[in-house]
Amino acid sequence: MHPAMKLVAQRLALGIFLLFLVSILIFAGTLILPGDVAQSILGQSATPEALANMREKLGLNEPPMTRYLDWLGGILTGDLGTALTNGQDIATSIGSRLGNTLFLAFWAAVASVPLAIFLGLVAVRYRDRWPDKLISGITLSTISIPEFLIGYVLMYFVGVKLGWAPTVATIYDGMSLGEKLNAISLPVMVLTLVVLAHMMRMTRAAILNVMQSAYIETAELKGLTMFTIIWRHAFPNSIAPIVNVVMLNLAYLVVGVVVVEVVFTYPGMGQYLVDHVSKRDLPVVQACGLIFASVYIVLNMVADIVSILSNPRLRHPK
Amino acid sequence: MTDQMDYFKKRAALGLIGRREFMGRMSAVGVTAIAAQGMLASAVHAAGPQKGGTMKVGISGGGSSDSLDPALSANQTQGMVSRMWGEPLLELADDGGLENRLAEEYSASADAKTWTFKIRSGVQFSNGKTLTADDVMATMARHSGDETESGALGIMRGISNMRVDGDMFIIELETGNADLPYLLTDYHLLIQPNGGSDDPTAAVGTGPYVLKSSEPGVRFVFERNDNHWAGEGNASTIELLVINDDTARMAALQSGQIHMANRVPPRTAGLVGRGPNVTVHSKSGPGHYVFIAHTNTSPFDNRDAMLALKYGMNRQEMVDKILFGYGSVGNDTPINASYPLFTELEQREYDPDKAAFHWKKSGQTDPILLRTSDNSFPGAPDAAALFQQSLSAAGVPLEVKREPNDGYWSEVWNNKPFCTSYWSGRPVQDQMYSTAYLSTADWNDTRFNNEQFDQLLVAARGETNVATRTQMYADMGTIVHNEGGLICPMFNDFIDATTDKVAGWGDTKGFSMMNLYAPVKMWVTA
Repeated sequence: MHPAMKLVAQRLALGIFLLFLVSILIFAGTLILPGDVAQSILGQSATPEALANMREKLGLNEPPMTRYLDWLGGILTGDLGTALTNGQDIATSIGSRLGNTLFLAFWAAVASVPLAIFLGLVAVRYRDRWPDKLISGITLSTISIPEFLIGYVLMYFVGVKLGWAPTVATIYDGMSLGEKLNAISLPVMVLTLVVLAHMMRMTRAAILNVMQSAYIETAELKGLTMFTIIWRHAFPNSIAPIVNVVMLNLAYLVVGVVVVEVVFTYPGMGQYLVDHVSKRDLPVVQACGLIFASVYIVLNMVADIVSILSNPRLRHPK
Repeated sequence: MTDQMDYFKKRAALGLIGRREFMGRMSAVGVTAIAAQGMLASAVHAAGPQKGGTMKVGISGGGSSDSLDPALSANQTQGMVSRMWGEPLLELADDGGLENRLAEEYSASADAKTWTFKIRSGVQFSNGKTLTADDVMATMARHSGDETESGALGIMRGISNMRVDGDMFIIELETGNADLPYLLTDYHLLIQPNGGSDDPTAAVGTGPYVLKSSEPGVRFVFERNDNHWAGEGNASTIELLVINDDTARMAALQSGQIHMANRVPPRTAGLVGRGPNVTVHSKSGPGHYVFIAHTNTSPFDNRDAMLALKYGMNRQEMVDKILFGYGSVGNDTPINASYPLFTELEQREYDPDKAAFHWKKSGQTDPILLRTSDNSFPGAPDAAALFQQSLSAAGVPLEVKREPNDGYWSEVWNNKPFCTSYWSGRPVQDQMYSTAYLSTADWNDTRFNNEQFDQLLVAARGETNVATRTQMYADMGTIVHNEGGLICPMFNDFIDATTDKVAGWGDTKGFSMMNLYAPVKMWVTA
């Protein structure tokens, strides 16, 4: 087998194994939560009969191993169960929420990834001069401020004072793409500011690292312009670390936006999870946990695979 | 000048000039800001409701786990949504009396045991079916019985028999209850075709609006029901957005994305109201923040220890620092002037000397443990710290333990002997006392067990003489005030806000947002 393919296959198998471990962890985590699930659903007014009925309904009388296998079997066949609080099918409700979260993450990525890489290249071109320092200074300060604060500040100045963008990012079916983009403009801005620095700094560091190499000196001696050298010779050789950090940030855009979603009342996975955690709706919490974990693992796997494939030594072994 | 003022009043009422411009014009002709504000409000009222337009409401208190079944209503969003499409038999009137809704008239037997409601004729549900007394009976039946999950079950328990006679709906009670009509204003008891048993979440009712789109915890859209029997409802479309984050809700209001919002945080209410287009409405209600002790557990079973705690509470400070002035002092009973038949008791004041005296007399020395959490009421941990300070001035040691929000209502409240909590109040005294102070009540969170009180409570229910009944409630108030485990430092106001794009705000009884009817009763001016 081709060694690169072998590495990729290894990574895939590892990813699946990791997901399996995570599923055990999530299930065990919800088991060790204090208090009885049936009790916390029914609240303080529960009668013993109602508790017994509820335990029966939830299958809490089965041993944990059986319940875990049932749950896992359901997930593998696409059945996430039903929410305890309103009896809705979890897969259906999560479907639209996940769609919304991915929509927001997608547009945040579209705005932030090219911008971060471009700013990184600019920073390298003007290394240690004022554009580099300005870019680093601004991006580092926006990553240091908690995202909810950036959210509130933008909401106040851009939304309330200037009136340029809506402060509530509720989107729903029947809105045109333009209306949706207008609605999510502020959250996209916040997310961009939050993830920019990490990607920009990594781009800058990776390229600077490559710039020390002899072949860059050769390119310089050939008389190529600085940007051509960076773009044609340095950038391709530093793709692996850049893709790694881009993927990490994409994962953050999907799983880490709970706070931003709540601040801007965006109907995504984060809000959905928060609503159900507060009511101890365990099947929903488990499903959300598993989806978040899968997104994280899959994106990291993609980063791994890309960095393997972008390495010519692995693609063309002697 | 009067002509000029009239002209501008009319233009402002019609929304042709904004509030700011109107205020400017008025000050130009020498009218003070406060007088101008009043003029504007009355002019807008005088112009009368305008039909049409889209009203946008931002409301907190809903989640994506909410159901559309009115029996399961448990928050303000659900309450407001179901009031748009559904109606109860009776509703609280603005003056505290009752307004006939789907019941055209009602009467009681002399012992208040048998109640007859004449069901309004010619009313149609939004699915085209005509309302009958059978629908009313089916609704009430769905909310009663042991299997029901309805939040109104407590109200329905005392009913021994229900029947229909033509267009009459008759309720027979086990014991007389003069308050039954008030209890039927409960927000769960909305009349649905066939009681809603075909599909409780269909949102089909007789209300002034019809639900067009629903995404729980996110957004609800309603269109005016042109077929409403009383022609109520002004805006053609109402859009209800669930915005739970306080800052986001206020920002949406200030930027004009929504026309009204509930639960303005007291801390920022002053700032919000200073905005050019926003008016803050504060209204006293029956909701109160409490410190509750189990009177059957040491040291709270000791009358003197309890009195020491009561005298050690600085109520005015609580109102000033926890409610930021948006509230009124409590008097260690759950009842205030917002209830019918209220009698004022002598106000208990903060008195460190008396507190010290009673503490010494109780013989207690160990510190008292108070449990609190952020969600037991807004600012509860701060209030607990203030209480600790005011008690220490009297030499009463108090230890405060902060508990997690998660599980507070199942693990701490109604479980641990001393904690902070809140009550949102009830429409009548009987219901409040029966819910939480009757010795056999499920939610007797002070473990209050007083035979005389229980007897008075049951006797007052069947008493139809108003003067006697008022006196009975006054006596019950005195008993709780002196012997109860309730320390009630404050009644919190409802604080709502509206922008100048809508008009028609009025004072009402009941919940916040004009008893949750603000979107129906108000209208869009521009």
